[in-house]
Amino acid sequence: MESTAQIYEGSRIPSPIPTVLQVDPDKHDLEDILTINFGPNHPSTHGVLRLVVDLDGEMVAGLSAVIGYLHTGFEKTMEQKTWWKCITYPERIDYLSFQTNELVFVLAIEKLLGLETPRKATWMRMCLSELNRIHSHLVWLGTSALELGAISMFWYTFDERDAILDLSEMVCGTRMHTRYFQAGGLAEDIPPGFYENARTFCKQMSKAVDEYEAILDANAIWLKRTKGIGLLSADDAIALGQSGPCLRASGVNWDLRKNMPYLAYDEVDFDVPVYTGGDVYDRYKVHMDEMRQSVRIIAQCVDRLEEMEGEPWIADDRKVVLPPRHELHTSMESLIHHFKIVTEGYSVPEGEVYVVVESARGEMGCYVVSDGGPKPWRVKFRAPSFVALEATATCMRDAAVADMIAIVGSLDGVMGEVDR
Amino acid sequence: MAYEATPGLVETVEAHGELTLVVDPARIVEACTHLRDVEGFNFLSDLSPTDYLGWAEKGVAGYYGTRPGRDMHRPGSQGMARVPDPKPKRFAVNYHLLRLADDPVRIRVQAWLDDREEIDSVVGVWPTADWFEREAWDMFGIVFRGHPNLRRILMEDDWEGHPLRKDYPIGGEPVRFSGEE
Repeated sequence: MESTAQIYEGSRIPSPIPTVLQVDPDKHDLEDILTINFGPNHPSTHGVLRLVVDLDGEMVAGLSAVIGYLHTGFEKTMEQKTWWKCITYPERIDYLSFQTNELVFVLAIEKLLGLETPRKATWMRMCLSELNRIHSHLVWLGTSALELGAISMFWYTFDERDAILDLSEMVCGTRMHTRYFQAGGLAEDIPPGFYENARTFCKQMSKAVDEYEAILDANAIWLKRTKGIGLLSADDAIALGQSGPCLRASGVNWDLRKNMPYLAYDEVDFDVPVYTGGDVYDRYKVHMDEMRQSVRIIAQCVDRLEEMEGEPWIADDRKVVLPPRHELHTSMESLIHHFKIVTEGYSVPEGEVYVVVESARGEMGCYVVSDGGPKPWRVKFRAPSFVALEATATCMRDAAVADMIAIVGSLDGVMGEVDR
Repeated sequence: MAYEATPGLVETVEAHGELTLVVDPARIVEACTHLRDVEGFNFLSDLSPTDYLGWAEKGVAGYYGTRPGRDMHRPGSQGMARVPDPKPKRFAVNYHLLRLADDPVRIRVQAWLDDREEIDSVVGVWPTADWFEREAWDMFGIVFRGHPNLRRILMEDDWEGHPLRKDYPIGGEPVRFSGEE
């Protein structure tokens, strides 16, 4: 099967095109190569991914991924909106990991502005990001298991997911796409009762992860369909720019929260799960362990946040932050500031920054350019799932048709984020 | 000056705590190979071009609701006290590199291009660049010489124009309603 040149010794990355697996020239003329379209509208493609697959019987002989079916031009639209109105967009790019996407954009604005945020906001951002990571992993687990025939997982995981969305609704008023993070801090104070509910959730969640694992890890079909499938070596993963669970399942101990800490991740205790197999099963194990670690972080965040009762949740900078509502009735200056921010938006100093956070899918990057005006000149998101799908051709080498479902699921692409 | 051994290095800029290496576009592959092999930047985080057409001119970053936009040479009430510095050419191609190791570092490599100027592909240096460069071609019309598969990626194959260019109009696409014939 191997006939194309390797880009380096031992690499499985196809050559010359790293993202396209080409049919072996010897086989090309054979009539039994069947080219089929897998997707874009297929229930197991996690949205609208299209794979053009050349099949040799049951085996994948050639493959190329086609994306763009969900392209909505977020980046172009954001250039037309003021900075503070743009905050609603990143969440909709990746609709499962909305909170971390919001975070990375807000962090980019704050970096350009040089704005300090109060510690209460920092810790709450961490708490919500971790809740959101669990949310995203739960949807991943539910849908991926569903595609491999474990239908019940979907109902179980959506129970816990609902608990997270309830917490989200309690804090932000909306269940998804919260727009809770503002440049400077949070949009609102943390409501009473949140800590108690978050603690209850932590207890429920740590039990739930064990239950999920009990269902899947003792399931012979699950093990057969995930172990040794979709192999990605550590070198290939780095060369293909993989991040997040995909990278850690390939044996690379890399987590931005640990290696290049942001927010206050250097002040909390957690471990980075690393597995060395690089197959679908190890990616599943990384996701499971990450949920446990996130629960640990949330518990620590809640403890710290409780000590900060009564502290400010947003920076006191009237040029950027909306004044408190009650001041509008008594203070002319507040009214002017409010009017200026709402109509014109705040100006962000000229410059370019690239900010990254560890989202549920890996390195979520945001590159923004400002010309000093109230609208961004350029916004670019480094979408982890866009890069993850570049590995489809490598992972699907020597795979069977049925493995394709497991592999696409394990790469955890969210098409909204891939196509932006 | 850090990374001064980089081939084709024009200047290094440090702003907002980030280091940018401005590199001669003709020697981009040489520079990237050097950064990967000698400096250890084994991970291409992102490749993001930017179109600076109309930068620092009247009518950009406009005030809401005014058609010609705000004159950038008149300071606004909230910030904007200075006109942005002009850029050397129209397009900037930014490579965000990461040294994925125990001593992680991020840098940005920047190459400036005029319209219709081409740049060599770095797919041979980092395979990740494959889709990034296709996206850059699709959205900005920047040609990457030597790319093995430079086709549109997000837009349809027969799409005209490059949507993220500043001269690509918003709302330029005719809207068709299902009731119309």
